[in-house]
Amino acid sequence: MITLVRRPTPSQFWSYATPLLAVIATMIAGGILFAILGKHPVEAIRVIFWDPLFGGNASYFRGQLLVKAGPLILIACGLAVGFRAGIWNIGAEGQYIMGALFSAWLALKMYPAESHWLFPAMIVLGALGGFLWAMIPAVLKVLFGTSEILVSLMLVYVAENLLAYMAFGPLKNPEGFGFPGSRNLQDYPSAFNHELIEGTGMHWGVVAALIAVIFSYGLMHRHITGFRIRVAGEAPRAARFAGVIPARLVMLGLGMGGAFAGLAGMFEVSGPSGQITDSFNVGYGFTAIIVAFLGRLHPIGILLAGLLMALTYIGGDMAQLMLGLPSAAIQVFQGMLLFFLLAFDVLTNFRIRFGRVAA
Amino acid sequence: MNRRSFLKTTAATAVVAGVGVPAFAADEPLKIGFIYVGPVGDMGWSYQHDQGRQAIEEKYGDKVKTSFIENVPEGPDAERALTQLALDGNKLIFATSFGYMDAVMNVAKKFPDVKFEHATGYKLADNVATYDAKFYQGRAIQGTIGGRMTKTNKIGYIGSFPIPEVYQGINAAYLAAKKVNPDIEMKVVWAYTWFDPAKEADAAAALIADGVDVLLQHTDSTAPQAKAQEAGNVITFGQASDMSSFAPMPRVASTIDNWAPYYIERVGAVMDGSWKSEATWGGIDSGMVEIGEISSAVPDDVKKEALQLKDDIGSGKVHPFTGPLNKQDGTAFLADGEMATDDQLHSMTFYVEGITAEPPK
Repeated sequence: MITLVRRPTPSQFWSYATPLLAVIATMIAGGILFAILGKHPVEAIRVIFWDPLFGGNASYFRGQLLVKAGPLILIACGLAVGFRAGIWNIGAEGQYIMGALFSAWLALKMYPAESHWLFPAMIVLGALGGFLWAMIPAVLKVLFGTSEILVSLMLVYVAENLLAYMAFGPLKNPEGFGFPGSRNLQDYPSAFNHELIEGTGMHWGVVAALIAVIFSYGLMHRHITGFRIRVAGEAPRAARFAGVIPARLVMLGLGMGGAFAGLAGMFEVSGPSGQITDSFNVGYGFTAIIVAFLGRLHPIGILLAGLLMALTYIGGDMAQLMLGLPSAAIQVFQGMLLFFLLAFDVLTNFRIRFGRVAA
Repeated sequence: MNRRSFLKTTAATAVVAGVGVPAFAADEPLKIGFIYVGPVGDMGWSYQHDQGRQAIEEKYGDKVKTSFIENVPEGPDAERALTQLALDGNKLIFATSFGYMDAVMNVAKKFPDVKFEHATGYKLADNVATYDAKFYQGRAIQGTIGGRMTKTNKIGYIGSFPIPEVYQGINAAYLAAKKVNPDIEMKVVWAYTWFDPAKEADAAAALIADGVDVLLQHTDSTAPQAKAQEAGNVITFGQASDMSSFAPMPRVASTIDNWAPYYIERVGAVMDGSWKSEATWGGIDSGMVEIGEISSAVPDDVKKEALQLKDDIGSGKVHPFTGPLNKQDGTAFLADGEMATDDQLHSMTFYVEGITAEPPK
């Protein structure tokens, strides 16, 4: 008989080991899945994890890895702050959309005037858009005690509808023959978030993601605010005695998540995507939740997890192309990663005992 | 030298330098790539494009090698997927969704030796052609059948997005229905999606509750078909693909996007070097718009009438948009006997006179 015994304190060792274990378990279970689909499992795993980094054309795909990982890392860093404090912002996707809408709105209003101030102003507006959207669940929670989980999630759908409205209405390209979608900001030098070095995939959003990693490391691990956040998340009562003001924490947790997500949206719409369209958002805000947990809510962990997640996307496309794996199989594979992580997390908080345990 | 190291040495530098991959020797099969916005199993839009891909394989056998990436979101992911196909040595690439347009243009610039075919877009380049189908021709036939068969005189239309293609569909269906049944009323619900079974089912349920007994859909899932089947006395039409599993009721006919003839022709053109960048808008005449089998639920005389209309549109004798015709606000659109030009249809963002539904803002 197997029993679980709660550990007095979460195991330090297992909290670092479970993500690795989850990745290995995903590879094994994924391999079995691919084998059932009639593909060579080792080959498939190699195509997904190895080829984008070291296979043919890797110089292109390594850059794309940054393009894909940048927004994930940036959003996850912001979310982790809230998650640490026990504030569950599930609506980063909506905040990401709002950041993009705010900044693109400014750029499209300014078009075609060239100005050095435009791009920095877009950055500010992007962060502001995400921040304000996140303030809705924050204020509602503080004033009325509503669940930030539900409110932030529902606001994703509101933001999506607003996005579609903008793409079909006010922000539609006037030279687009009535088709949806805004002008492409890639054709507008002052607003274009171009690659910093041609062919590397490195754009301002990737730089911002790296800064976010360093910033949140400083905040969470070197600053009293980070200490308060962590105490509030782990022992809310103790935090209150220590003088932590819950309302302020809610504002901070959601606000940072929103601002970072808004920034990610801004860098995406002004760079790789270039356009406000009804299909602008592709789920970064939701995937970032997986990234945050896979990275143990730790900035360095998030950096690695973001890169890993991006790798599965790019490798997944490669596996489709080279091995004919259906895209649904890749999505199952990505889902397994979170599933195994949560499953193995039991080890962090519990000890497994075999045999009968004395009561 | 194996393929992988070949690509490493030439193609990888090609991206950086902005030069295309050198052409393969003549005995190599022509590599053709596809990207789909949905899964190939969506039984609608992407499924039909994949049928076209398979038709290429069937026709050319060993002379071609096709591959595809499905579920590619529009935007940067599409750009990566297209680059991936180009790097992989594909010489002809079909991008099968409107939203891939700017990604196609960006990638086409980097690979001048690769030919790109973009479905439903409007941007051309030396190595980018566009293609689209006159779906409105199929709508006219649906409108004729619907107008004859309705008992409530209400036709429902699930719109995807308020773009010219969808306006053409709504207007064509309405005009054809009105011709055979002057009391017809058109109800429109905008789903703001191309494929979302839940939203489509909601839209269908709302229309049916509103008394609609003929249901037309511009979205690609079979969810509206299932809703109509539940209701029992509502007829529907297959969209994009035949959806024949819902025949003979509720699905009484269908408009099928048949890309195969076009795909085969374009592959042939690349092979013999005659490929040119151009905008193609094919209809019933070229086989791009196909009418699926009209089921036994349709009375014989109505079936005959519908098939006659199909032949007349195909031969050019009848144009679904023929004047005199006014816009919804009463201003003139076409003079007596005037037929709408392709350009007029491409910028159609209004309802025609007689439709009482509010256009979306």
